[in-house]
Amino acid sequence: MKVSMGAVVEGRTSLNYKTGSWRDERPVIDQEACKRCGICADVCPDSSIKAIEQPGRDKPLYVVDYDYCKGCGLCAHECPAKCIEMVAEEK
Amino acid sequence: MEPAVKMEHDELFLSGHRACPGCGLALAVRHILQTTGPNVIVVTPTGCLETISSPYNFSSWGVPWIHHLFENGPSVATGVWAALKAKGRADTRVLAIGGDGGTFDIGFGSLSGMLERGDDVLYVCTDNAAYGNTGGQRSGATPLRASTTTDPAGTCSLGKGEPKKDLPAIVAAHGAPYVATASIGYLKDLQRKVKRAMEFCGSRYIQIDQPCPSIWGFGTHLTVEVGRLAVNSGLVPLYEMEEGQITKVRKIKKKLPVTDYLKAQRRFRHLFAGPEGEAEIARIQALADANIAKYGLMD
Amino acid sequence: MAPVPRNAQVIEGSEAVAQAVAVCRPEVISAYPISPQTHIVEALARLVADGRLASEYVRVESEFSAASVLAGASATGARSYTASSSQGLLLMTEVLYASVGQRLPFVLTGVNRSVSSPISIQIDQRDTMSLRDAGMIQLYVESSQEAYDAHVAAFKIAEDPRILLPVMVCMDGWVLTHSYEPVDFIDQAAVDAFLPPFKPVNFLDPSQPKTWGSYAEPDIQMEINYSVHDAMLYAKQRIKDVFAELSRISGRDYGGLIEAYRCQDAEVILIALGSVCGTIKDGIDELRDRGQKVGLIKIRCYRPFPYEDILETIRPAKVVGVMEANFSMGSEGAIGLDLKAKLCNRPGAPLVIDFITGLGGREVNKDTVAQVAAKAREFAAAGQPLAEAYWVDLNRELLP
Repeated sequence: MKVSMGAVVEGRTSLNYKTGSWRDERPVIDQEACKRCGICADVCPDSSIKAIEQPGRDKPLYVVDYDYCKGCGLCAHECPAKCIEMVAEEK
Repeated sequence: MEPAVKMEHDELFLSGHRACPGCGLALAVRHILQTTGPNVIVVTPTGCLETISSPYNFSSWGVPWIHHLFENGPSVATGVWAALKAKGRADTRVLAIGGDGGTFDIGFGSLSGMLERGDDVLYVCTDNAAYGNTGGQRSGATPLRASTTTDPAGTCSLGKGEPKKDLPAIVAAHGAPYVATASIGYLKDLQRKVKRAMEFCGSRYIQIDQPCPSIWGFGTHLTVEVGRLAVNSGLVPLYEMEEGQITKVRKIKKKLPVTDYLKAQRRFRHLFAGPEGEAEIARIQALADANIAKYGLMD
Repeated sequence: MAPVPRNAQVIEGSEAVAQAVAVCRPEVISAYPISPQTHIVEALARLVADGRLASEYVRVESEFSAASVLAGASATGARSYTASSSQGLLLMTEVLYASVGQRLPFVLTGVNRSVSSPISIQIDQRDTMSLRDAGMIQLYVESSQEAYDAHVAAFKIAEDPRILLPVMVCMDGWVLTHSYEPVDFIDQAAVDAFLPPFKPVNFLDPSQPKTWGSYAEPDIQMEINYSVHDAMLYAKQRIKDVFAELSRISGRDYGGLIEAYRCQDAEVILIALGSVCGTIKDGIDELRDRGQKVGLIKIRCYRPFPYEDILETIRPAKVVGVMEANFSMGSEGAIGLDLKAKLCNRPGAPLVIDFITGLGGREVNKDTVAQVAAKAREFAAAGQPLAEAYWVDLNRELLP
């Protein structure tokens, strides 16, 4: 692919780089215990916890995007319900 | 626990960036752009932010963004604003987001010029108190007695001998209409301050304390907690100034000793080795207490 | 002497440049003072203050910021301008390199002045020559009229979608900026037709978010760098075309990338740039009256280096004497180096002597020209290239 004039790049193209491969551990959310406060999504530096609207429910489901999650553990540490566990990645 | 922040827009700082796991900077930028929304142009001087967000062809920016050089974040932002004004596109706002190296040190002259002219730019300094991008060298923002790679603790040294430069006070002395300190330990407060800053015109400044697991030396899951420790010890006072007067401070509900903050980080570990270190901890405690008194952080 | 043009005003050179810049409708101007360019930015400030120029005029706190404001403005799609000299140009060097790499066009007047240390406000070209590697287009002018015309052309060259590079118009301090010459202005309507508004394809725009200033790995950095060089090679013809188009409007034709003065049968050809060319032409006329076949190649566009035009023009000569007021310490003068690089290994190439004249404002007059021509003949007769550049009028007794 040709280099661009002045190396100008289209925005949002980092989505093509899946940082999930960096992980040693992955967060696993216990959806039963989850209080849907959304703090995990707030504190993720990689925007890797998504709020998924659920029809007929007033609060969304919080789901980890493992394509980008780096396994830092901020979500698990900050979760007030302590419903996120950091689990070792299988090799 | 702080209630969640409601995200109004699609992400404007996208996944796939190369920040360290647990990076406080990436967290800050997500929340800044969530608050401003997409009708902004962002300027960033050289540092962690541009490196993590713009390897060629992998840009994390969902807003128009320019990185030029290290010394000139503020003056490039001035140029962007002047062009928007010339073109009658004043509804688009200009943000500069730079680290402490590019703001306290090498970009200081450029910042002062922008502030003195009152150019309509919100300058946000994401402050991890070192030259993080190059491995953690001492900057003017490095706090008293932190060990950095160019001012390391050793048998003849206890780390940085000078206190942190009080840049918000220097900015306020330029007559900036809005000056605030914030922390990634308190994201809702950070968002509120960005929103308030955007309600003003002229040169505005927010300094965000941004704990850095890589450089400060703590577990990647502790970034937000270390931010809270800094605030609740009094070492990082959170306040807002409007038109030169302090209008709001964040009160400390439960004061923590500075040792809670210091012992959580490798960069201060040398202070716990003996009596000399103890004396320095006392000096740091005195700084925290002075902040609490000066800003009225406790009832 | 040429007849005075129709609408000419006798005007200070700096004022002429300000008028040229103003008629091009820059959207953003940045200003920081340094002798001898300050009259230019002051004249522009007066136009803005009187409502005669609708530019955003930014009074910056250093030349680093003067160029940085232009980078930000240009990236936002605004036509932009500043002027500097000497220490100021050296200070903004980093910004100019970065702006070239990001393909951010603007126009910069480089008012030539010697560089510290020692501090000197007199003329030479060490300042602009030090920037020759950056990737900026460099034009040099002989007169205030040529300065006026070159600035109008410069915006069009810079903003060409296949060029998109900063263009520096270099003019000698004091001799041009502070002297009074007749200058013919081009009317606004004609300039508007010649120079439409700046409309880049890429600019900072929330409706199409793009990213400037990425970092490049080794797999692409060479190609990005080469693309700048490629744009400069393309620019050679485009610069000629733009000046030709402008000459049809103004009635003034300067030639193209070079002007060849009395070169057709010349045995000695001198090469120079800047205002000294006026003196050299007078000197050559006197030498010609005495039967000596001497000519001058005046370089108008120094970067990209117009070697094809120079090589074509120096064909008849036995010897070429470059007269330049700059030096690459430890080597030779810049123009001498550029020319010798292109002549090397070419069969039948004339001898090239690099003469260093006029550093720090040392006077260059018709006697100097005669001296250089004579020395060039002497070295040509000896048949050997000189090991070192020849420093004219160097007083060896003063050397420590």
